[in-house]
Amino acid sequence: MFNRDQWNEILEALTANWFRTLLTAFGVFWGIFILVILLAAGKGLENGVKLGFGNIATNTMFMWTQTASKPYKGLPKGRRYNFKIKDVPAIKDQIPGLLYVSPRNQLGGFNEANNVVRGLKTGAFSVYGDYPEIIRQNPITITSGRFINYGDIDDKRKVAVIGEKVKKELFEEGENPIGDYIKIQGVSFLVIGTYTKKSNNGDGEVQKEIYVPFTSFSQAFNYGDRVGWMAITAQDNQPITNLKKDIIDVVKTNHMIHPDDDRAVGNFDLYAEFSKISGLFIALKGVAYFVGTLILLSGIIGISNIMLIVVKERTKEIGIRRALGASPWAVRGQVLLESIFLTIVSGMVGIAVSTGIIFLINKILEGTPDGEETMFADPSVDLMVIFIAFLILITSGLLAGLIPAQIAIKTKPIDALRTE
Amino acid sequence: MIEIKDLHKSYQTGSNSLHVLKGIDFNVQEGELVSIMGSSGSGKSTLLNILGMLDEADSGSYFLDGIPIKNLNEKIAAQYRNKFLGFIFQSFNLITYKNAVDNVAMPLYYQGVKRKERLEKAMHYLSKVGLADWATHLPNELSGGQKQRVAIARALASEPKVLLADEPTGALDTKTSYEVMDLIQGINDEGKTILIVTHEPDIADMTKRIVNLKDGVIIDDTIVVNQIKALANV
Repeated sequence: MFNRDQWNEILEALTANWFRTLLTAFGVFWGIFILVILLAAGKGLENGVKLGFGNIATNTMFMWTQTASKPYKGLPKGRRYNFKIKDVPAIKDQIPGLLYVSPRNQLGGFNEANNVVRGLKTGAFSVYGDYPEIIRQNPITITSGRFINYGDIDDKRKVAVIGEKVKKELFEEGENPIGDYIKIQGVSFLVIGTYTKKSNNGDGEVQKEIYVPFTSFSQAFNYGDRVGWMAITAQDNQPITNLKKDIIDVVKTNHMIHPDDDRAVGNFDLYAEFSKISGLFIALKGVAYFVGTLILLSGIIGISNIMLIVVKERTKEIGIRRALGASPWAVRGQVLLESIFLTIVSGMVGIAVSTGIIFLINKILEGTPDGEETMFADPSVDLMVIFIAFLILITSGLLAGLIPAQIAIKTKPIDALRTE
Repeated sequence: MIEIKDLHKSYQTGSNSLHVLKGIDFNVQEGELVSIMGSSGSGKSTLLNILGMLDEADSGSYFLDGIPIKNLNEKIAAQYRNKFLGFIFQSFNLITYKNAVDNVAMPLYYQGVKRKERLEKAMHYLSKVGLADWATHLPNELSGGQKQRVAIARALASEPKVLLADEPTGALDTKTSYEVMDLIQGINDEGKTILIVTHEPDIADMTKRIVNLKDGVIIDDTIVVNQIKALANV
């Protein structure tokens, strides 16, 4: 099957009418081109949207308190309560498979009054009391100095990590904030670091934040052992969605909430949201495969069609060959190989051109300045897709050649020779 | 070499049945040069096609060099054609996109002969028909007579037992016809068995035996006493 002569025959046959060969090949080229481009575009959109999550730990839930909606153990409904710091070790101990349980507190926020002062400058910023782990759950990039550590927590140091926007509003251009003090609601904090953070809803707000140690926050602002809310991340192999109920049950027991009270503990399951988006992209991929394969199919039908014409045209030649002693398999193999060869070559060109275009798009995307909202990043197809496309090509080439090959050997040599 | 007994063949055209060969008995010895003559519709081409295993008889027996040719599947038929028979056609039937030497090498290709050896052999036969200089030319660059000589070289290339020629001079002018016949006579002189279907009496006279066919039966089978040398008429 793989001798030089056979390939010579194939090349001769295909180049005998190269313009037609080219047009035929275009069908398959186009099909595989669209398939790859669609898949890559889907991937690009997926990457873009997922980039919008920043590199936030997606296997995470947030949990806060609401009012009890059912009376329980003599406690009335409508009762307000707060998470306490002791809830954190309780959750950690009772629920296996958790990575981080971070209690958080917050001062200020969107549209609040000015709460931070430095010299003559003031500003309104969100101030968070946090544990060092928060940087793993909600990553920020430290641009100078350092983030909060356990030394700060244990010693209740009044230190602060400020966003680049905070620095811009409170400090002069070129001034080094580290080692300087800012006053948060009248309490002085030493600036120990600055950070930036990426987000898909503008960089402005997320950089107008100040992080201080959880313990110093509680002390400085009179929070006692209260906890505003918690960010809980599970280990990678364990979706937080599955652990959510157990975690909430622990909190309910600790705070005497009715076990059936669904409204007492508010929560947001990032993993579930993320899964929904992932599901969307799986569907998108399915659509890409569907559309791409259909277009490819029309290309393959084109090849099959042209092979039929080729066989018809060469009826006489096939007759001659058979009179000279070509076996049915030699004739069939010739047609099949021609069809497969044509399919694969045009498919490969399609793959090459489409990946080339993807490469160019990537180059252009790389050129856009950082932090710009794109919703589209790093479009790509993995090797597996190329491999699948290749398999589709071989099978389809075979299928395309099958009917024409069968017709080629069905004609008796004598009938074939009579065709003038 | 060829033994045929009571050969029948009919064609179905719609509801009509056309009985083309009505019991042919016919033997050819090795080294003979036989012409089969007859008007059109006499069944001469059908007979040649059956001899060439391109078509199958309805009944009767056919032995080629002692081998029964009966109920062959296409694979075996292809092998037999390749090994035993060389075809020469009226319209040459060269493959248009292959040059002369590649055309001659075709039967050897299907025998599985290696490329180098194949081309050597093909060149040998091409020079035998006097066209060594035209080896790399495509068929459309050759004259009719040259094309037929290439076809003859191709028929010889597989060293068949029998050459079957269907109106080999039908598409050629008289002078070229005689040149081709001269070549065929030369090949016959070397001992090759050759069957020629023709309707031209002058061509038939250049063979050693004339079989006349009419309405599907042999009406006349004569040995030519004075075989005319084609070269004398060129």
